[in-house]
Amino acid sequence: MNIELRFFASVREAVGSSRETLIVPAEVQTVGDVRVLLQQRGGAWAEALADNRALRMAFNQQMTGAETRISEGGEVAFFPPVTGG
Amino acid sequence: MSVRVQTEDFDLSHEVAALRAGQAQVGAVVSFVGTVRDMNDGSNVSEMELEHYPGMTEKALEDIVAQARKRWNIMDALVIHRVGPLEPLEQIVLVAVTSAHRGEAFAACEFVMDYLKTEAPFWKKEQTPDGARWVDARVTDDRALEKWGIRSGNAGNTA
Repeated sequence: MNIELRFFASVREAVGSSRETLIVPAEVQTVGDVRVLLQQRGGAWAEALADNRALRMAFNQQMTGAETRISEGGEVAFFPPVTGG
Repeated sequence: MSVRVQTEDFDLSHEVAALRAGQAQVGAVVSFVGTVRDMNDGSNVSEMELEHYPGMTEKALEDIVAQARKRWNIMDALVIHRVGPLEPLEQIVLVAVTSAHRGEAFAACEFVMDYLKTEAPFWKKEQTPDGARWVDARVTDDRALEKWGIRSGNAGNTA
């Protein structure tokens, strides 16, 4: 399955990328699975997306939890807590 | 209803006039303007850069206004949020709400701001004498949203 990844703010800076297209293996079915898959890249990825880091996630541009299922062509985003206003 | 994300500044008088133009049923207009402080968390701030998630930002703001409409009988609402580099004294955000009576407009305006602070995908980066830093989310903003019966976990989210 193909998905689009988006990274913002401190997460974007840490991983050195704002977006990429990723082919994920069949066992990767949720937003949380994508996070784990990216953690496995190690280094800055493991650190920026670590389980104990304050991180928010979105699927198809809606805030979501780790359990949300992903779908073909979907957009998964990772970013720190928001600070607008 | 209108939601705008823009780099340009906005004029409060002009925006409020446009919001209530020809709307004789409006009896109350409440507006909030957020501005850039020159001091945050004990450091001088010389500049701020606001990043956002194009596409999602507009959807999130429209959803917030839609939720306010469900809760209160308001006539119209406007949200303008600036992005890009901003200096102290500059305006960041405008929320304006019109309604027949003041109670609804006051409540809806505060609700939209509280919700925006914890659920709209904006991020602030400040320039301080010690270098650039990303602004930390505040637990007090999560609590502000809780008074409307909504749990955010924005600042508190470590899972």
